[in-house]
Amino acid sequence: MTAATANTSSLSWYEAGARQRIDALLDPRSFSEFIGPEQRETSPHLPIFDLPRQFDDGIIVGRGRLGGLPVLLAAQEGRFMGGAFGEVHGAKLTGLLRAARMLGQNVLILFDTGGVRLQEANAGELAIAEIMRAVIEARRAGVRVIGLIGGRAGCYGGGSLIAGTCSSLIVSEQGRISVSGPEVIETNKGVEEFDSRDRALVWRTMGGKHRYLIGGADIFVDDDASAFRQASIEALQCQARCDLPMIEAEQRRLERRLKHFGEANDAVEIWQAVGIDKPAEIPGLPTEEYLRRAADKRENADDAR
Amino acid sequence: MTLDEVLAGLFPNGSDITLTGGIVSGKGFLAGDSQIHVLGVAQGLPLGVDEAIALARRVIDIIKSGDQTPILLLVDSASQRMSRREELLGLNEYLAHLAKTLLLAEAEGHRTIGLLYGGSAAGAFIATALATGKLVALPGAHPAVMDLPSMARVTKLPIDVLKAKAEATPVFAPGLDNMVRTGGIQLVWDDSTSLAAQLAAILGQPAGQDERDRLGAARGGRLKAAEIAERVTSLAVNSPAESRRV
Repeated sequence: MTAATANTSSLSWYEAGARQRIDALLDPRSFSEFIGPEQRETSPHLPIFDLPRQFDDGIIVGRGRLGGLPVLLAAQEGRFMGGAFGEVHGAKLTGLLRAARMLGQNVLILFDTGGVRLQEANAGELAIAEIMRAVIEARRAGVRVIGLIGGRAGCYGGGSLIAGTCSSLIVSEQGRISVSGPEVIETNKGVEEFDSRDRALVWRTMGGKHRYLIGGADIFVDDDASAFRQASIEALQCQARCDLPMIEAEQRRLERRLKHFGEANDAVEIWQAVGIDKPAEIPGLPTEEYLRRAADKRENADDAR
Repeated sequence: MTLDEVLAGLFPNGSDITLTGGIVSGKGFLAGDSQIHVLGVAQGLPLGVDEAIALARRVIDIIKSGDQTPILLLVDSASQRMSRREELLGLNEYLAHLAKTLLLAEAEGHRTIGLLYGGSAAGAFIATALATGKLVALPGAHPAVMDLPSMARVTKLPIDVLKAKAEATPVFAPGLDNMVRTGGIQLVWDDSTSLAAQLAAILGQPAGQDERDRLGAARGGRLKAAEIAERVTSLAVNSPAESRRV
């Protein structure tokens, strides 16, 4: 591999920006961007709201190499508009996925998003639908679409639905995956339903450790760019079929989850039902010990995603 | 229109359709002895894990039957069900799974037609209507990402200001016309003429590629998306592999 010398220093995935993540993830100097910031393809809609624009509209798309293999890559910038999907932002990812299908090249999506950008909500919503369709069409052509989740903005709303179409997901403890965010649930259903200020509740309901234990993610890593890199190299080797047997297996997997855990009131109850030893300790465990306890117990989604 | 009115208009030859807990399921009889599978969400139901998995099961059964019969998906829903339980159980996987079954059905040779006859919003809209191959609506349908009062709260703008801005652009405010102009809905049916004939016309069109972004550009509601997507695709496909430094 050409990459052995690179990316050895530690970098928090959670703290890093999108461009830092790309540099740390891919083989050195292998990345090139499509429609980079110098082209100034900004949102035509944010000025209506007197909001600042960013020259890449909060997403970077391009190609590079990972462990010597060619990949296409998209990275969301959670620090711009919460990484939300607007018209230009979404279209860049749609275009990349359509190319992936034509080229038969694997795709990495570095999610960092609160969901649809409300200032361009209709365009953002349609972008999500177009992206999901493009993911499935690419997967039908044999392409792996790998999602990496561990950014500051998490992976919320429409972003979490796109994640649900990926062939594999890599997640860190910080990687929250959820359709309705804590504030949205609290605003609509009251603080009794969900107290968004209860951070421990947020992490154990939506965070990476819970998702990995119930089969909502495939690989659990430290909050470290080199760990995400190693996991991505591993994920590129996974099977990624997208056909009737896969969707039937997923149906059985999700039905089983409802049957076994559908009455649970809290994640700790689910972890107990999964068979985890001393489940209340899960949130505080370091990665190695967490993975040791999860091994052979967690629900997996192999060939069922 | 009510569900009964919609079904009566679509299927003058009759149908065999049940409505259980807001989930529509069955078959409609078309002219000339042909049939169409009918599925749907009715009564403004929010879409949670239980509803999504039930609908997905139906779609999978249809794919497995191998009959290549089209699927009509009727939609009058709320948004995704917002609850601690749904998120604890991984609602994103259930909604994405439902969308995948619809996309897969299409890839396996079933035409999929969405008919929005009531409301739909956010994750429920994405997992149902927006995952069909062709989406049409009836007058009075009201798709949304988020209602304006909630949007006002999140964007911290007064609702009057939002309403004024919504006059100038179809890109953010809820409503059928805006979703048509941005290309998400292909066509609004005429409810004063035969729905059966309009369904037959849609079924007579060839299944095609995803052209919603081009439609949005042609209708002036979403001017950038198609161009940006095409440029990225073309750059990725046409640039030689080892000379792509920007």
